[in-house]
Amino acid sequence: MNFSAIKVIYRAEMMRAVNTLFQTLASPVISTSLYFIVFGSAIGSRIQTIDGVSYGLFIVPGLTMLTILTQSISNASFGIFFPKFNGTIYEILSAPLSFFEALLGYVGAAATKSFVIGCVILVTASLFVDLEIQHPIWMMSFLILTCISFSLFGFIIGLWADSFEKLQIVPILVITPLVFLGGSFYSINMLPPFWQTVSLFNPVVYLVSGFRWSFFEVSDVNVWTSLSMIFVFLALCLIIVSLMFKTGYKLKE
Amino acid sequence: MDSIISIKDLSKVYDNGFQALKGINLEIERGEILALLGPNGAGKTTLISVITGIVSASSGSVTVDGHDNVKNYRQARQLIGLVPQELTLSAFETVWNTVRFTRGLYGASTDNAYLEQLLKDLSLWDKKDNQLRMLSGGMKRRVLIAKALSHAPRILFLDEPTAGVDVELRKDMWHMIDKLRESGVTIILTTHYIEEAEDIADRIAVINDGEILLIEDKTELMQKLGKKQLIIELREPANTVPSNLVDLDVSLSDDGTILTYTYDASADATGITKLLNLLSESGLQLKDLQTTQSSLEDIFVDLVHKDSELKPSTET
Repeated sequence: MNFSAIKVIYRAEMMRAVNTLFQTLASPVISTSLYFIVFGSAIGSRIQTIDGVSYGLFIVPGLTMLTILTQSISNASFGIFFPKFNGTIYEILSAPLSFFEALLGYVGAAATKSFVIGCVILVTASLFVDLEIQHPIWMMSFLILTCISFSLFGFIIGLWADSFEKLQIVPILVITPLVFLGGSFYSINMLPPFWQTVSLFNPVVYLVSGFRWSFFEVSDVNVWTSLSMIFVFLALCLIIVSLMFKTGYKLKE
Repeated sequence: MDSIISIKDLSKVYDNGFQALKGINLEIERGEILALLGPNGAGKTTLISVITGIVSASSGSVTVDGHDNVKNYRQARQLIGLVPQELTLSAFETVWNTVRFTRGLYGASTDNAYLEQLLKDLSLWDKKDNQLRMLSGGMKRRVLIAKALSHAPRILFLDEPTAGVDVELRKDMWHMIDKLRESGVTIILTTHYIEEAEDIADRIAVINDGEILLIEDKTELMQKLGKKQLIIELREPANTVPSNLVDLDVSLSDDGTILTYTYDASADATGITKLLNLLSESGLQLKDLQTTQSSLEDIFVDLVHKDSELKPSTET
């Protein structure tokens, strides 16, 4: 293993975030605060508790998931798309380093950034509501697994995209609707039976539900089902990445 | 012959069907400076890209100091440094960080003293904390060279190193190449500036249309293909080439004042004595004499032209 190469890629990617620290952290903090003001205080005070949890509290896990999903994807996809775009990818391709090592550097850095942002959001949320975490280990596991899986997914998008349009299209057209319809702001039990069934095909439902369970012990689906679904998603991403690798992963002619 | 890079039957067909390399065989000797000379689109960059691992070969093999560049890519690539043709750098990094980054990619341990000396040699030390986007084109080229040398490679590829580079940098660069050669580094450079190849290369390979037309020691090449011309200025213009000279390779300029005799400088008999005798017999008065040697440029243009004429057009 070329650990030194993994380290320098990881560090360079992290430095990119540190250099734009304000931008990296301000945007999730501000948007989370706005969600709390609008949903938590203004509208939330008129909504009754959901499954015994006040609405302000109820949306914390969903909001966190919303942000880390989008951040993981955009961080990881930009991380690998940019070297392709400006040509510096030649360095990665001609260095004595395997595809897997490059992947560890890029995906590792993107997942770390998302994880930090997730923690910052939880801290911000605790300023607005009285946050209690029933199962901290589960909570951390869900958070970390989600950061890794979706960073990997972002990496795939970054490899696949050969234009800025393609880079943006998946996050906008696929991820945002899935997250908003995935029970981030409501329990899917509130939906009519037909739409409840449809929702079960939305992978984000399992992430949000499992994550929420680790806070309040309330969930839409069984927590083990949620955990299995994350692993299924992670496995899918790994399979796609290894297939891309075998066929030259759109980097090499 | 002790070759450090050995290329066998290397071909590359791109996805769009364009065949960039057609069965290249090439032995690059340890410690030499080899110039790959060829027109645009000849396959120079593709050849370098295949050796360095950026592009996969369609068939054939490359070994670098005994290591197959696909099977043992780590050992092979560790020996190589590459300066690409385009000024590809990430805009917001600093000079220092980007050089350290490359060294790290090659798995070399941190050695700030070495990198400091490297940047000083390339006149980059006072720019080390500048962001790359703030640098001029010439400075960026220096940064690319510093990156390529950051892990002290044994083989250095320079793809069009002097494209868009001013005189001073060019001089610095030749100086650096000299120093590298003294320390035993093998250097392969591509260029279409022929005087460049003429100045610094030990051997010259001419590549056109994906094939190596010729590879030869530079001085031998110059001798072998170098034709000399004897230019004779006449005191009085002549109407035609004198009748006793028509069997020789002599031509007369339009205004009738200059006779040009082309001969092979490496031949045993150049025919100059005979020509001068015949000239005095013909009664022409000479004003001045001079000889010129054809440059590598003439040789090169000649070769590529002949090659294109022989083959049916395969433009894509």
